[in-house]
Amino acid sequence: MLFKILPVKEVQTQSDGAPGVSLETVGDATLVVQLSGAWRLQKNVTSASPVQKAIETSHIRSVRFDAKALSSWDSSILIFLTKVTELCRQQDIVTEREGLPKGIRRLLELAEIVPEQEGARQATDPRSFLAGVGTTTTGSYISLSEMLRFLGEVTLAFVQLVKMGARYRTADLFLIIQECGPQALPIVTLISFLVGVIMAFVGAVQLQQFGAQIYVADLVGIAVVREMGAMMTGIIMAGRTGAAFAAKLGTMKVTQEIDALITLGFSPLEFLVLPRVIALCLMMPLLCLYSDLMGVLGGAAVGLWMLDLSWTTYYHQTIHAITLTALFGGVFKSVIYGVLIALSGCLRGMQCGGSASAVGEAATSAVVTSIVFIVAACGALSVVFYIIGV
Amino acid sequence: MNSESPNGIEPEAQITVRNLTLAYGSFVLMRDLNFTVKRGEVFIIMGGSGCGKSTLLRNMIGLIEPTEGEVFYEKANFTRSDAEERRSFFRRFGVLYQSGGLWSSMTLAENVALPLEEYTDLSPVEIREIACLKLALVGLKGFEDYYPSQISGGMRTRLGLARAIALDPEVLFFDEPSAGLDPISSSRLDDLILALRDSLGATVVAVTHELPSIFAIGNNSIFLDSESKTAIASGDPKELLAHSQNAKVREFLTRGERRPGE
Repeated sequence: MLFKILPVKEVQTQSDGAPGVSLETVGDATLVVQLSGAWRLQKNVTSASPVQKAIETSHIRSVRFDAKALSSWDSSILIFLTKVTELCRQQDIVTEREGLPKGIRRLLELAEIVPEQEGARQATDPRSFLAGVGTTTTGSYISLSEMLRFLGEVTLAFVQLVKMGARYRTADLFLIIQECGPQALPIVTLISFLVGVIMAFVGAVQLQQFGAQIYVADLVGIAVVREMGAMMTGIIMAGRTGAAFAAKLGTMKVTQEIDALITLGFSPLEFLVLPRVIALCLMMPLLCLYSDLMGVLGGAAVGLWMLDLSWTTYYHQTIHAITLTALFGGVFKSVIYGVLIALSGCLRGMQCGGSASAVGEAATSAVVTSIVFIVAACGALSVVFYIIGV
Repeated sequence: MNSESPNGIEPEAQITVRNLTLAYGSFVLMRDLNFTVKRGEVFIIMGGSGCGKSTLLRNMIGLIEPTEGEVFYEKANFTRSDAEERRSFFRRFGVLYQSGGLWSSMTLAENVALPLEEYTDLSPVEIREIACLKLALVGLKGFEDYYPSQISGGMRTRLGLARAIALDPEVLFFDEPSAGLDPISSSRLDDLILALRDSLGATVVAVTHELPSIFAIGNNSIFLDSESKTAIASGDPKELLAHSQNAKVREFLTRGERRPGE
């Protein structure tokens, strides 16, 4: 250790021994605990078990301390002494602290001056597995009813908006539109293009075996336009914007900004949630169309450079494969995803507790909730589209 | 008792609190709170940390619905009012929050202007003028286009005050206004609160445990005690200091000095 190199400390370490405890019985009922050496937190905390053994085996009525050989001490000795005191208290043995240094006596008194508050200690007994399952189930039931209530409140706010115009700042709406629309373009470009490339590449390897590489255009076109464009945009926006919504509303809750809105008569739903839902509803279909385009371009890149297809062939093949119905189907899905992302983000933000970690939890939970809903909605809508024959 | 109107509310009462019980779930914080705040008073809610002072304030301004009991403003029942009536109550409130509650995405001027935009039909230019005037009143002239994150803690408290007085409210609520301020800023804030109270003719309800502020601004008070879960004293804080027989109240008001023999 560093201090051993220093000459000044050297002298001290010579006089410092390891922390020592020796016991001596004086008369027939007094135990003297002799403390010696240097008590430091870095070394192992000295065990109180020899004292325990001594007071349990013989009929001791009082315990005294002798600290003459004690060279230095810190909290480690306090831990030892509180343990001894506690043991003695259990056995109705008197402890006399006169032999201890004044500082130690004072600290021990401080630790004992406020008795433990009854009921303050929380029950930590492990719950049974069944109880855990039950609590989680009732918890999810409560969370479902909270979700439905939030949905109802947002619907009412929309009715209010249609009936007499809601109260939010138009500037806020445009700011949110900018944040979740144009500013999302780079990431949407990257992901959609690459997904197009990956699908075309995987398809090309298979289709080349039959000499049918031209159908890569059909594969990429249909997959991207019907499903993947909307899905990829949805997942990107859930991670990007849904989390941002939750974090922003959660922080506003922590800093009492939402309280301040309420006591000014603003409904947070109208002021904060509505513009976010509207902004995502407007931006998602546009982003989805853009993502479709990028996905098809990604497929075309593979077609042009790997399969040696001509640009016009690829273009015509794609145009023939994609129907307008498929395109609208995808765009419609993206609007639904947008609503789900905005609602999940805002719901988790509004449910946020009052601390920094709660904001983090809100953001995480917003992303998880929106992705779960997106995938569930995707499945449900595919079935509905199949039934109505789209 | 002659002066009381039929529903039992004194004519000069601005706020009447009746049998209020504060609880989080099944955990009761305070019960049977009854007090009246008269027009123009500076009413202090005091008590030890965690005894429910802020919760009482949040119940009085409708951020939490009381478990039991009612709050009246003048003669109107606030607790039983519907959403539309609430708005007319909120119009008369100004609230300064413990952690500011300042809208971080808006500039100082916009923070003060938002209530004006909401409740008045003034033009944007007029609103801006009023917002600047309110900021000047609290000594923030020249900072109109800063964001709350760019100014100091003391300035943020004053911004909160400017926003609270934006609509010339009848009742001003302060939740720990001088928390985190140095003694000089804190005493300036007290002066400011008194000056605004006098010029606006507003009633002030403040939650605080800063003794200098309590004696400087308060002329009525209620003392909440977490052990007995109710109010154990009320009246002018200076009177309480001089005459209260209750040991807890005395200990609080004298920072723990006890009379000999106690």
